[in-house]
Amino acid sequence: MASLETNFLGIKSPNPFWLASAPPTDKKINVLRAYEAGWGGVVWKTLGSQVKNVSSRYSAVDYHGSRIMGFNNIELISDRPLDINLKEITEVVKLFPDRAMIVSLMADNNRESWHELIKKCEDAGAMGFELNFGCPHGMTERGMGAAVGQDPHIAKMVVEWVMEKATIPVITKLTPNVHSVVPTGRAAVEGGTNALSLINTIQSVTGIDLDTLVPNPYVAGKSVFGGYCGPAVKPIALKFLTTISQDELTSKVPISGIGGISTWKDAVEFMLLGATSVQVCTAAMKHGFRIVEDMCEGMSNWMDEKGFKTINDFIGKSVEKITHWEDLDINYHHIAKINQDACIHCGLCYIACEDTSHQSINIQQGNPYNTYTIKEDECVGCNLCKLVCPVAECITMEEHRVAPDYINWKMWQAEGRALNDH
Amino acid sequence: MIQNNRLTETQYQQNFADIHPPFETTDAALTEANRCLFCYDAPCTKLCPTSINIPKFIKQITTDNIKGSAHTIFQSNIMGAGCSKVCPVEKLCEGACVYNNMDETPIHIAKLQRYSTEIAMKNNWQLFERKQSTGKKVAIVGAGPAGLSCAHVLSIEGVDVTIYEKESKGGGLMTYGIAAYKVTPQFCEDEVNYILGVGGIDVKYNQELGKNISLEELQRNYDAVYLSIGVGLANKLNIPGENLEGVEDAIEFIYNLRDKGYSSIKVGDRVAVIGMGMTAIDAATQAKRLGSNEVTMVYRRTEAEKNCTQHELDIARLDGCATLWLAAPKEIVGKNGKVKALVCDVMKLGEPDAKGKPAPIATGETVTLDVDMVIKATGQNPFEQLVSSYGINNNRGKINIVNNVTNIDKVFAGGDCVNGGKEVVDAVQAGKDGASAILKFMLNN
Repeated sequence: MASLETNFLGIKSPNPFWLASAPPTDKKINVLRAYEAGWGGVVWKTLGSQVKNVSSRYSAVDYHGSRIMGFNNIELISDRPLDINLKEITEVVKLFPDRAMIVSLMADNNRESWHELIKKCEDAGAMGFELNFGCPHGMTERGMGAAVGQDPHIAKMVVEWVMEKATIPVITKLTPNVHSVVPTGRAAVEGGTNALSLINTIQSVTGIDLDTLVPNPYVAGKSVFGGYCGPAVKPIALKFLTTISQDELTSKVPISGIGGISTWKDAVEFMLLGATSVQVCTAAMKHGFRIVEDMCEGMSNWMDEKGFKTINDFIGKSVEKITHWEDLDINYHHIAKINQDACIHCGLCYIACEDTSHQSINIQQGNPYNTYTIKEDECVGCNLCKLVCPVAECITMEEHRVAPDYINWKMWQAEGRALNDH
Repeated sequence: MIQNNRLTETQYQQNFADIHPPFETTDAALTEANRCLFCYDAPCTKLCPTSINIPKFIKQITTDNIKGSAHTIFQSNIMGAGCSKVCPVEKLCEGACVYNNMDETPIHIAKLQRYSTEIAMKNNWQLFERKQSTGKKVAIVGAGPAGLSCAHVLSIEGVDVTIYEKESKGGGLMTYGIAAYKVTPQFCEDEVNYILGVGGIDVKYNQELGKNISLEELQRNYDAVYLSIGVGLANKLNIPGENLEGVEDAIEFIYNLRDKGYSSIKVGDRVAVIGMGMTAIDAATQAKRLGSNEVTMVYRRTEAEKNCTQHELDIARLDGCATLWLAAPKEIVGKNGKVKALVCDVMKLGEPDAKGKPAPIATGETVTLDVDMVIKATGQNPFEQLVSSYGINNNRGKINIVNNVTNIDKVFAGGDCVNGGKEVVDAVQAGKDGASAILKFMLNN
């Protein structure tokens, strides 16, 4: 059976599934329950100056009858006294020495504060640090969190302060509230960080109560921008992750992937794009810690099927498969095919193609069932019909190359070939 | 022995409780509504005689637009609330649901339709606005589904409508001819009131064509007349013993049950119901639910040729009703003027008849059922004498129409009196068609 053992800069955990710095990792009782459930590690909720939270704190976006497609919070860093947090970290590490104990930090914006916090946490038994340069609300107004992560110069300076003092591995967590995470990622690496993690939450407004007209989450008739996470942000996280994995400098350090990971499949995808460990929060907040069981079993079974013995065998394997548009093979072409035996005659492919795509599906009226077939000469192979079809394997995309040779946009242009297909 | 008051009040309530209960919570309705795939050119809509835009009204439930959902339903079928309870959906919308092609449970369309329409009725949302009066007047005979549907469309278009109804309540067969466990009398009354809420429709009750009113009078006083008089009593069996005490007409049996209260209705210990259509099922199940010991449904063909849906037959069977296939009533035997037994010819199937069903042929053998009550449910007779007396062309009582109009000047017709007796939903569509034809006619005159 495949091994899920993870070694992140010497910090070992039985599996790559860590709980992200968030409410589930704020207290001993939560973390012990997580470890008992089988989580490989935690990033303890961010420690820093004493703060005070408001009520309420969370809101969500539901989709088509499912709860929490996306999740939003306006909570600050840990609002518990530092001493209690440190004492509990020590107790937890003692009980579960085989699990990763990373502590998230966000000190006040001066060297002394960072040094003092680092010292206390190392003494408490932390195995690594994660620098919170990403929190998009509450702390930014005080010059912390995303305010640091959005400015590469400040980020580098703070990383340097940390590296002066820290004796254990340091991970810098990046905010996605930028057009590119690479500049801050590079700055952090230049500043000496040992690793990167991403993404933190994305600033958002999740919705508005249409009776009161107050956006959520509701706090005494007002709301604020919150940090968005959960399944909805996964594609954005994977994109940011890829840019870090493909950059010459940032790809040199290990990465902990974060952003909407809910299943083993999500985790595998993050790891294929370069993450060594993954961090989970929303899925656990929705279902409890028990979800880690299937995450481990699913990943392990997949690895067995693919012949991967350790996670290192597949980490980063898809990074090179994301290329630039101008390098794509223009001669590749595929055409949709509808399996009439599997078709349930819902017409969703037809209306999607007819209204919004390339009018490439024939409709033959029937009572009550119409028959839908592909106009092969018209189909551009966009995938839309396959994406909307409710039946797995009913619509397949069949390869019909235009020509056998590889030719990309640059070559095409250089050869002065005709551009208009129509 | 035939007797009433066989059960306790609690038992009656239990036996006649809603057979298809509604969604208990909004969440339950939402869960089901979200299963809907929102098909294009949806098969469910195609098989709805009134062409309700089903994917749209279900989608509107998911977007918290119940008012819009109810409007979508009522726009196509003003009796959408009642139809959600009485339609044989397994052979219509739900039977066509694409989930059937995945071997998955079809969307509970009727239940969702009930959800939206009940909320609309409960809140008395009047979702249609009458146009300014055109000054045109139309008389409608019969306040059943076809008449009400026709009246509603006309009224919206600014026509002043008067409905003449021979009973003391509206709703027609919906009110008087359907099992009480499907629609309650109270619901039927509420539904009629809700439909009339649009205004511009004056219903005159206890007015019967040929008795209190004449066709000539209506022709004289209105711009157009719409006949939606339905069908009458059950076909006669034309066998000896038909007049014995204990032989009843299914329609009358169901009517009385709904009109007079359960405990006052007499049923036999052993009942034979003749026929295998929806009315036969309603009569058989309700005889059982009134406390009859044994109910046997007698049909001259086999199960494959039955007129009711499988779902309905299953209800009867679950109620404990027995079936006797390939048996045609030959004679009802009496004693002291009361039913004692039903003698049937044992049949076999022969060549297909004019309707395409194999014709039953007597084998010469007979079978005798020891019963004390016989309920006839072998179809209903149209009002042949009445329509013929006005010179209306008809086919054995079924009014002939061309584009909804009869051979008599400005007299239109639709519903059961034309088709001989179909579903409520068919009558609603007929009413819409009739209204369109009438509007066109009045525009040209």
